[in-house]
Amino acid sequence: MRSNMNMNRSQLLDWINQVSFAVTEMSLYLDTHSDDEDAMAIFEHYKEERKKALALYSANYSPLTLDTVTENNHWYWATDPWPWEGGYC
Amino acid sequence: MWNYEKRLEYPVNIKEMNPQIAKFIISQYGGPDGEISASLRYLSQRYAMPYREVMGILTDIGTEEMAHYEMIATIVHQLTRNLTPEEIKESGFGDYYIDHTLGIWPQAAGGIPFNACEFQVKGDPITDIMEDMAAEQKARSTYDNILRVVKDPDVIDPIRFLRAREVVHFQRFGEALRIIQEHLDSKNFYACNPAFDNNCGTK
Repeated sequence: MRSNMNMNRSQLLDWINQVSFAVTEMSLYLDTHSDDEDAMAIFEHYKEERKKALALYSANYSPLTLDTVTENNHWYWATDPWPWEGGYC
Repeated sequence: MWNYEKRLEYPVNIKEMNPQIAKFIISQYGGPDGEISASLRYLSQRYAMPYREVMGILTDIGTEEMAHYEMIATIVHQLTRNLTPEEIKESGFGDYYIDHTLGIWPQAAGGIPFNACEFQVKGDPITDIMEDMAAEQKARSTYDNILRVVKDPDVIDPIRFLRAREVVHFQRFGEALRIIQEHLDSKNFYACNPAFDNNCGTK
């Protein structure tokens, strides 16, 4: 898995899904292996990739989390499409 | 998609055990007007809702209700966590203890288990939001009932917070209802169901 600044919207969303899943999976493993430093390094890597990708997605398309909403003159959080509508999110 | 934050929405730090009060408050965990009913109701109503602002308020209030669910469980846990078998027998907590020990299980104050029949997803925007407004008032009444019988300030404080949130949610759902009605025929909001009938309203 590698990020690329030239990804289009659907590629960036796919990347967010991949690194977010890695964060979820590593967190489950670490819950029962709390001294595994190699696993913690992997977690840290994907956590940072996720943070960068969520900020990039919000800046270019739409916020996926409340923490990455950017100041604007409109509350796109509510009025952009919701995940169950199909399409990009 | 959801992520967990390892904190309570509002702090709960109860020093004195009180199993009788715990049995009252557990109704907001699994009772007819409790927090899990609220969360499942709003999150489940989102899919048939045709208007994005209302999808947003259902998502965000439904999410906050999960935080309230955790606060109620924390209150019940802290009110019961160090009970001895003698205290359980004397306090009237024995019937709950026999089935659940000191675990937290969604039931009403009267022992009736949580059930999805406590809420509705009708698939009609006006009907669903009217139910949500009623649900917030019913939960507010339950918190008022709890506040009349609780004397411990450590319990009263987070319950007052939860009560205030019911009032705010009622306000937001009222605005959601107005948004829905603005999409419909002002002479007859019920002429059609915008979640089902084609060419209903302005959408």
